[in-house]
Amino acid sequence: MEIFGIPVQALMGQLLIGLINGSFYALLSLGLAVIFGLLNIINFAHGAFYMMGAFGAYLLLNKLGLNYWWALLVSPIAIGAIGVLIERTMLSRLYQLDHLYGLLLTFGLALILQGLFRNEFGSSGLPYAIPPQLQGGQNLGFMFLPNYRAWVIVASLVVCLTTWFVIEHTRLGGYLRAATENPQLVQAFGINVPRMITLTFGFGVGLAALAGVMAAPIYQVGPLMGADLIIVVFAVVVIGGMGSIMGSIVTGFGLGLVEGLTKVFYPEASTTVIFIIMTIVLLIRPAGLFGAQK
Amino acid sequence: MASAVSSSSAATASTAPAHAPGRDVARTHLLVFALMLAVLVIAPLAGVYPVFMMKVMCFALFACAFNLLLGFGGLLSFGHAMFIGSAGYAAAHSAKVWGLTPELAVLFATACAGALGWVTGLLAIRRQGIYFAMITLALAQMVFFFSLQAPFTGGEDGIQAVPRGRLFGLIDLSQPIAMYAFVLVIFVVGFALIYRIVHSPFGQVLQAIRENEPRAISLGYDADKFKHRAFVLSAALSGLAGGTKAILFQLASLTDVHWGMSGEVVLMTLVGGMGTIFGPVVGAAVIVTMQNYLAELGSWVTVVQGVIFVICVLVFRRGIVGEIGHWLKKPL
Repeated sequence: MEIFGIPVQALMGQLLIGLINGSFYALLSLGLAVIFGLLNIINFAHGAFYMMGAFGAYLLLNKLGLNYWWALLVSPIAIGAIGVLIERTMLSRLYQLDHLYGLLLTFGLALILQGLFRNEFGSSGLPYAIPPQLQGGQNLGFMFLPNYRAWVIVASLVVCLTTWFVIEHTRLGGYLRAATENPQLVQAFGINVPRMITLTFGFGVGLAALAGVMAAPIYQVGPLMGADLIIVVFAVVVIGGMGSIMGSIVTGFGLGLVEGLTKVFYPEASTTVIFIIMTIVLLIRPAGLFGAQK
Repeated sequence: MASAVSSSSAATASTAPAHAPGRDVARTHLLVFALMLAVLVIAPLAGVYPVFMMKVMCFALFACAFNLLLGFGGLLSFGHAMFIGSAGYAAAHSAKVWGLTPELAVLFATACAGALGWVTGLLAIRRQGIYFAMITLALAQMVFFFSLQAPFTGGEDGIQAVPRGRLFGLIDLSQPIAMYAFVLVIFVVGFALIYRIVHSPFGQVLQAIRENEPRAISLGYDADKFKHRAFVLSAALSGLAGGTKAILFQLASLTDVHWGMSGEVVLMTLVGGMGTIFGPVVGAAVIVTMQNYLAELGSWVTVVQGVIFVICVLVFRRGIVGEIGHWLKKPL
């Protein structure tokens, strides 16, 4: 069976890889958007936190003997706590200044974190086994679907949609959206906005770490695994516009799929296609697909 | 989530706008400039490794060009590696394959970087503040992948064994003294040009836009046009540095197109003092020196650079020259 001269299996295989990449784009750009909404800071260290999440899983397994499922819980909380510490000690001093300083600070942090991990573990990737419960796969007739990959797509969809639901449809999310619009007013109503900011940053960092844990069995665990990824995620964020949570999720998955398709039809462009789309979006709709035009 | 609009104001906390210099300030600038020139001429005679000095000059010009955009235009580009890097390829290719003389190769590289800046600038200035940084970074990454795959860049190997050639077809640049003079002249011309741009009416409007864009627009200035021109100038001057560097080291490689290079030039400017005239030169000297002496520490260099970034942002936002200028109450 062929579509446009491409065997269906190859096409589906690349689409699956695209969906997997899209899951990570969505999780990471969601975290960036949540942080940006409240802190007005673009977290350049997001890729480093993603990398630390993966290393967290690796270390939990090899030093403490805690398996994947524990890592899924412990690693994001631990890395999120580091995020809280960073927000309290460093980022919170910069809120009165131009937002670019936040970008510069987190860029410095990314250099430090990636450098430290590279010194400790070397540049080459470390393997992390797929948990036994998710080994094997399903034969769907037209393609073979590994269980773990199906799990990653479903899990990241669930996490993304839950986050969306909490932010858009609960009281807590209401506070958050209100503080995004007007922090002074929300503070005047008796909500502890600084604490909310801190916890939001911690949550965004935790999301990145969660993505890292899920990525560990797919990609190799390496100190630079987040460095190039974060630049692609920045492009995803520019394309989607950070104004909408659902926008980040849809753009993340969508661009993953587009990238997968490009690998099938024109592999030379697969590394650049997202940047090319960014260029086109900037020309046609500079505020991004889901951004508010100003 | 509308509060991103404030990001264009006060990009540099440290500097008063560089007015058309008063006689007093102009004299100070001239004095410091003479001092800098003296150091650059005497250092190799006093036994400082000339290649090191030439490397510092290339990066100093690069950082000055970058500072033109950040310090005086308030635009943080995180993609300036694409200009120094692509200019390096242009100079190396034209000198090696087409056999251009070094001065033509460097001019060609400058033009290429300027053209790239014209295109990418048009895209990047469509968004402000943080988005501007992300867009330039993404565009530079696209240039990186292009350089990795394009046939004439040599991929991972880069373009090696670029001939230094004969300046104007006459002077052999493989002689150390000739090469040193060549780099020195390019640096001084580039530096003087940037100084002139900053203190020209164009530079004044640029700084007005940095301080208060809506007001500059209400006064009738087309802010986007000014930003775009500043971007092109910054790109072309970065290309001048990149072309010279490629001829100097006889090499154009992926290192210069990588995002790490974009980060380095931000760091140099930050350390020296953004929005100052001489800051980027000092910053470049500090960072290149550090890289030389810490080379044996291997990947710790990245960590040290990161730490310097964090310290500069948290407690040392004026930078070295900005701090001295503040102390002397004169914009340097």
